[in-house]
Amino acid sequence: MSQFSLGATKNDAGVVVRACPDGPLLVRGADTVMDEDGSEHAVTRPVVAVCACGKSSRKPWCDSTHKSIR
Amino acid sequence: MQLPLERGPISRHVIATLANGEEQASPLALGTGAVVDDADTQLALWTIYELHYRGFDGIPADREWDLGLLTLRRDIEARFERELRDGTRDRLVVVPSDGDIGRQLMDLVAADDSPSPAAFLQRRASREQLLDYLRERSVQQLKESDAQSFVLPRLDGPAKAALAELQYDEYGGGRPERLHATLYADALDAAGLDRTYGAYIDDVSALSLACANAMTMFGLNRRLRGAAMGHLAAFEASSSVPSRKIAAGMERVGFPDAVAAYFHEHVEADAVHEHLASSDICGAMVADDPSLRDDVLFGAASCLLLDALSGGELLERWTSGLEQAS
Ligand code: FES
Ligand SMILES: [Fe+2]
Ligand SMILES: [Fe+2]
Repeated sequence: MSQFSLGATKNDAGVVVRACPDGPLLVRGADTVMDEDGSEHAVTRPVVAVCACGKSSRKPWCDSTHKSIR
Repeated sequence: MQLPLERGPISRHVIATLANGEEQASPLALGTGAVVDDADTQLALWTIYELHYRGFDGIPADREWDLGLLTLRRDIEARFERELRDGTRDRLVVVPSDGDIGRQLMDLVAADDSPSPAAFLQRRASREQLLDYLRERSVQQLKESDAQSFVLPRLDGPAKAALAELQYDEYGGGRPERLHATLYADALDAAGLDRTYGAYIDDVSALSLACANAMTMFGLNRRLRGAAMGHLAAFEASSSVPSRKIAAGMERVGFPDAVAAYFHEHVEADAVHEHLASSDICGAMVADDPSLRDDVLFGAASCLLLDALSGGELLERWTSGLEQAS
């Protein structure tokens, strides 16, 4: 099982992360994403957008709130 | 689905030739007026296109390739495309002509300041107006993402892989009950509307048909594959925030959870899809073939234009109703 946790410097093999300018992190290949409280969230899409701005109301997922705080 | 009801001479011609089982549709000249907001022409085009999707009850499947209907379709498409090109020129002149295509697409979307129905749906719309919105959008959402699937075999490499990735999510990630079109049907159902494919075809406006038809026109014409993917990028990039508002509106009037669930899903999904479409798909297409850049931008601007026209029409309908009521 591969996992991506926010703030991790190294990801398990097979997990690819890309930062979108002023937006979320696009994560491919993870089975779960861990939020800031340490709870795991199952990944149900081929790619997920993980909030990087800290303002999403659906963390760990991006809900596009970053667009209104640019 | 059943054939729709005619809305004028062009749709009458199309529907009659199908209903009467003619060998081939006879030629028909279009009038001179604009087609983008003409219900008759848009319904004719929608009906011809539908032969490529699910067809109509009792109509032989080979009418899909009726040369008379294909000729009429090309005539309508030529007109429709020209009107979209004319109508998007102003939006496109302000986009710098080079640079990162993903950035250009985002700038184009950000520059759109047309009033959106989402805020109205969130705060003010009545139950009946929310139902109206669900009905109007049903002609495109019950075949959600299908037009873009026509583009897959026309792409290769990273762009194809990214579109497949996006479509897999639209198609439920391997879970039929999570197909976005099925989530929309569930939302219709939960709101007390008819979930049947095509159920509201006779009720929706010309511009709702035009929004659906533009996607099909771009999807079915290989020449316009750049526009198809630019349209997708703008569509995805202008969905997540409005979906959050519409979900709140659906909850405000107390519809069952399945209604808002469709929109909640799009808050999250389209926050991903916008990046896939603009960078991974359009970025890869333009890197591979720079001549596609203009059409990618044209497709995106067309999506924004049609959304603005259709959104404006709905807002006008709802707010003039409010004034009458007060
Ligand atoms: S990055 Fe999108 S909401 Fe935080
Ligand atoms: Fe979707
Ligand atoms: Fe999407």
